[in-house]
Amino acid sequence: MTDGARALADSRRELAVGALGIGVSAAGFGFVYGLAARDAGFSPIEAMAMSTFVFAGAAQFAAVGYIASGLAWPGVILLTALLNARHLLYSAALAPWLRDTSRPRRALMAHLLTDEAFALSIAHFERRGEADERGYWIAAIGSTFIPWNLATLAGATIGGQIPDPTRFGLDVVFPAAMVGLAVGLVTGRRELVAALSGAILGVVSSLIAGPGVGVIVGGMGGPLLGLLVPRAPGEEARALGTPGSAERYAMSGAHFVDGEGQALERPVLPPDSEEGLP
Amino acid sequence: MSVELIGLALLMGLVTYPSRALPLLAPGIERLPPLALEYLRLVGPSVLAALAAVGVMVVTDDAGRPFFHVGIEWAAVVVCGALTASRRNLFVGLVGGVALVAVARGLGLVGFPV
Repeated sequence: MTDGARALADSRRELAVGALGIGVSAAGFGFVYGLAARDAGFSPIEAMAMSTFVFAGAAQFAAVGYIASGLAWPGVILLTALLNARHLLYSAALAPWLRDTSRPRRALMAHLLTDEAFALSIAHFERRGEADERGYWIAAIGSTFIPWNLATLAGATIGGQIPDPTRFGLDVVFPAAMVGLAVGLVTGRRELVAALSGAILGVVSSLIAGPGVGVIVGGMGGPLLGLLVPRAPGEEARALGTPGSAERYAMSGAHFVDGEGQALERPVLPPDSEEGLP
Repeated sequence: MSVELIGLALLMGLVTYPSRALPLLAPGIERLPPLALEYLRLVGPSVLAALAAVGVMVVTDDAGRPFFHVGIEWAAVVVCGALTASRRNLFVGLVGGVALVAVARGLGLVGFPV
């Protein structure tokens, strides 16, 4: 085996170890999603359709809440598009690495791009100093897509066998998950104000016009109030399209590992200078 | 078995795909005005917090009228948020929040949702 082949094998091994840990966590979270979806009235096939076609945990959990609160489809679709806009940054950060990959393959890779796939693959590419398409598939499919979908099916199916979910506190899974995800996104004063004002606006407008309206008013009005808050010193946004720009979008549900498979709070990303990109 | 929401899932996937694909397929297209990007960045915490708050603070009666609700669910989301922030692990937070409610109800300290 040549040195290059050995280095590639070693890096893929590290990737697989990280993917295994993330896969276990994704399975647990996917199972909880399946339970929440079932509790909100989704059939197993509808819960699975979300996990296959949308394949975005936060947006799927949010959709459970939208449906439960009676939000009309256009509102669900609008909020989904806004909530998933963070993938723009992941995609922009990966683009320089994958520019030599064929367009049809990049198109397929895009559908499988998640917080976890991004974190694992960008770390793998960094270790290699070049893209590794097979590594991306391991990260995207092995760590998340398969465990997420299988666990969704299990949760949505087994959830129907639980006679009284409230007895086990399962009715709070959804709001608790929403708060947990929101906490992971609060990285500064603006995010905090956006979250708090979104919550207050949402509750007040829900009491006036119903939960469906309240979620939209809160979700879209909160960021406007957040923008009024001056950014903290040194809290400058990184330029979009650089790997560092995606760091600010890392969700708390995502799990990042360093080169030795150890858990990190944030992904390992190169500086804004794009140094190290191919 | 209901299949109505499959259509919604397809539409949600359709509006998600451009964010994932455009920079990969057409590099440079993601360069939106900074203010628009900042707004989009703040949508995440805002909409998630709104969903959580509405989920635990607003309930509707049989006639569909919304009213303000106070209950153990509030404590569950606080516990989940605190555990997630301190442990950097959402799953741990979820287990903590759910366990609190299950124990409180099991001991008869609080009632069940109507």
